[in-house]
Amino acid sequence: MTHPFLILQWLEEQLHLHLGEHVVYTWFVMVVLILLSFAASRSIKEVPSGLQNFMEFVVGGLENLIEETMGSAGKPYFPLIASFALFILVSNLIALIPGFYPPTANLNTNAALALTVFAMTHIVGIKEHGIKYLKHFMGPMLVLAPLIFIIEVIGHLARPLSLSLRLFGNMYGHEIVLMIFIGLVPFLLPVPMMLMGVLVALIQTFVFTLLAMIYIAGALEEAH
Amino acid sequence: MEFFGWCVIAAGIGMGLGSFGTGIGQGLAIKSAVEGVARNPGASGKILTTMMIGLAMVESLAIYVFVVCMIILFANPFTTQVVELATK
Repeated sequence: MTHPFLILQWLEEQLHLHLGEHVVYTWFVMVVLILLSFAASRSIKEVPSGLQNFMEFVVGGLENLIEETMGSAGKPYFPLIASFALFILVSNLIALIPGFYPPTANLNTNAALALTVFAMTHIVGIKEHGIKYLKHFMGPMLVLAPLIFIIEVIGHLARPLSLSLRLFGNMYGHEIVLMIFIGLVPFLLPVPMMLMGVLVALIQTFVFTLLAMIYIAGALEEAH
Repeated sequence: MEFFGWCVIAAGIGMGLGSFGTGIGQGLAIKSAVEGVARNPGASGKILTTMMIGLAMVESLAIYVFVVCMIILFANPFTTQVVELATK
């Protein structure tokens, strides 16, 4: 139920690599991002123009977003969160090019991203608070701690699940709807759905990065 | 083979019920956000961000239903057993 013809999957079959299309397309997105950032930072000028201007706009916007949601404490996590945002955005948007398959429409890619966020929140929490990080799971009263602890652990385990399933469901669902529309009427009917796809791609990128930021900020703050 | 017919029915009804509740929830969220912006247009940026997070949270319920429907339709764990029983 995806595109009937995928360029990179065809290429992979010609080379007999047996990787799975999401891995190949993840590599493609990585190559695109690396080349783009390399081209933008090769000749940095005082007065930016062209590609450098655009990349400065994107990176500046992300920096503002982190500053707004996490405050100045979020500065060290800028590289991680900006890479999430750029990777997810580019992988969502290549779904609109015929012959390309978004790697985020596969649960494995999203699970990798969400587990990174999950591990990062707890590493940050332990690094910031040490053993006192356990207080985050204890709730306000010591008497209720055993009860709260179980609920908190379940809540924390649900985070990577919901993060990965949300992105996966949105991208995969959009892909399926597009294919069904193309199957019904191939001429012009899928166009409004593709416009909606641009919106979904942007919103899901925004939501994923925002939730990652909120989770990391939650691990950073003091236990109440 | 009746099993697969019921699978399709279950997926359809499940998706319908899931999007029914989610639609109401999202509608309520957007209603409040629009009212907030109408009263205080200066706060629209902040309201938009909060609304987006809330909508994504509500939407994930529908997405769970969608994933379960896809599992029922395309990756049903009981397919092999049912086919075995049917061929006996």
